[in-house]
Amino acid sequence: MELENFISINDLKKEDIDFFLKKADEMLKLLDSKEPLDICRGKILATLFFEPSTRTRLSFESAMHRLGGSVVGFADANTSSVKKGESLADTIKTVESYSDIIVMRSPFEGASMLATKYCSIPIINAGDGGHEHPTQTILDLYTIKKKKNTLSNLTIGLCGDLKFGRTVHSLAKALSAFNNNKIVCIAPNELKFPNGIKGKIEEKGTKIIQTQNLEEVIDKLDVLYVTRIQKERFLSEKEYLRLKGVYVVDNKMLQKAKKDLIVMHPLPRVDEINPEVDSDPRCIYFKQAFYGIPVRMALLSFMLKCQS
Amino acid sequence: MPILKNNMEEKKVRNIINGTVIDHIKPNCAMKVLSILKDIDQECLIVCINTDSKKYGRKDVIKIENKFLQENEYNELALISPEATISMIKDGKITSKEKVKTPTHIKGIGKCKNPRCITNCQDIETEFDVENGDKIILRCVYCESTNEYKN
Repeated sequence: MELENFISINDLKKEDIDFFLKKADEMLKLLDSKEPLDICRGKILATLFFEPSTRTRLSFESAMHRLGGSVVGFADANTSSVKKGESLADTIKTVESYSDIIVMRSPFEGASMLATKYCSIPIINAGDGGHEHPTQTILDLYTIKKKKNTLSNLTIGLCGDLKFGRTVHSLAKALSAFNNNKIVCIAPNELKFPNGIKGKIEEKGTKIIQTQNLEEVIDKLDVLYVTRIQKERFLSEKEYLRLKGVYVVDNKMLQKAKKDLIVMHPLPRVDEINPEVDSDPRCIYFKQAFYGIPVRMALLSFMLKCQS
Repeated sequence: MPILKNNMEEKKVRNIINGTVIDHIKPNCAMKVLSILKDIDQECLIVCINTDSKKYGRKDVIKIENKFLQENEYNELALISPEATISMIKDGKITSKEKVKTPTHIKGIGKCKNPRCITNCQDIETEFDVENGDKIILRCVYCESTNEYKN
């Protein structure tokens, strides 16, 4: 497999995804052994976060440290020369000479793809606006596989902000690579799944059902993937406030769900999952966040061509 | 002003000996066509706007002297004027005549409608994959948003 850059989940075929899930399992075993690793010793990861992040940035940095490599970067564009008006091209051309691999997040859609045009070292997209978040998808698939032992024949509910939520765009594309999955999109009309991406997924034979009512469909779901209403992508605060809190997963809602449902969330959450359900064994979002470490260790070591 | 004899049609655009003729351009679209043709700044151009057309009533015509456009240079015209034809003229004779075909990919033409697309905040050329069905859809290669092409 060749993976020069990882910009979109479309960069991976089904067998490539399977490969990374197996590799993540190997990394999990290495982590469990508590032994210090030197798989990426001497390598430097640059994390360029032009937009806030907790889990993605810290799990990438933690993954690199666990692999024995080191990390440079910034977590706030205001502390970089972007604040002074530097172009993305100039930032990338500079950082490529300071590091061996770049992980970047931007509020602008397509920014990581543009960055690859100026860069000779690998670039990983850690989220570009409301477009894609492919490494989140690998850890989402890893979580589903761990819990369900399969990535096929599942009914997966995607709930919340399906218009601006980049994680659901990448996840739905990936699920369409596996057999006989059914995707149930649960969103208000204003935040519906984008037609452009929906069309591409349906072309692959995956069935997409759209509804606005979570209560009506929750008993049919094997996986419920909840997303936050993406306040930062709204052009009007009034519109955000109108849609905020439209879905809430609480104990009452989960009473109607299957016993083996899993509830996932890319986090951070605001009010779409009531903390009262955190102790329900079906709610696995913190475990999901942890899986970011072995998955990103797998990606970094592979893309840096380091042997484990 | 020359006096025309009976049955003699006025020649509005002179013939070229060598070069490319873009004919049957939608009326009043010649300037748009010129704006998307690349590397023609130094060429001798003959442009005729809103002339008579037997087939369409009215049309524009562009003649480019001593330059032979390649397929990848002229197919983008299909987005502006799908009925346009391209003729190559060598030694005063038409050596080939083709209708423009809708391209599968375009670069540097149009603007992505997504305000959050990187092409709208950095000084770069836009790029679209063209999906030619009932409607022409331009899919931005950066943000993947789909833009219906309206002529």
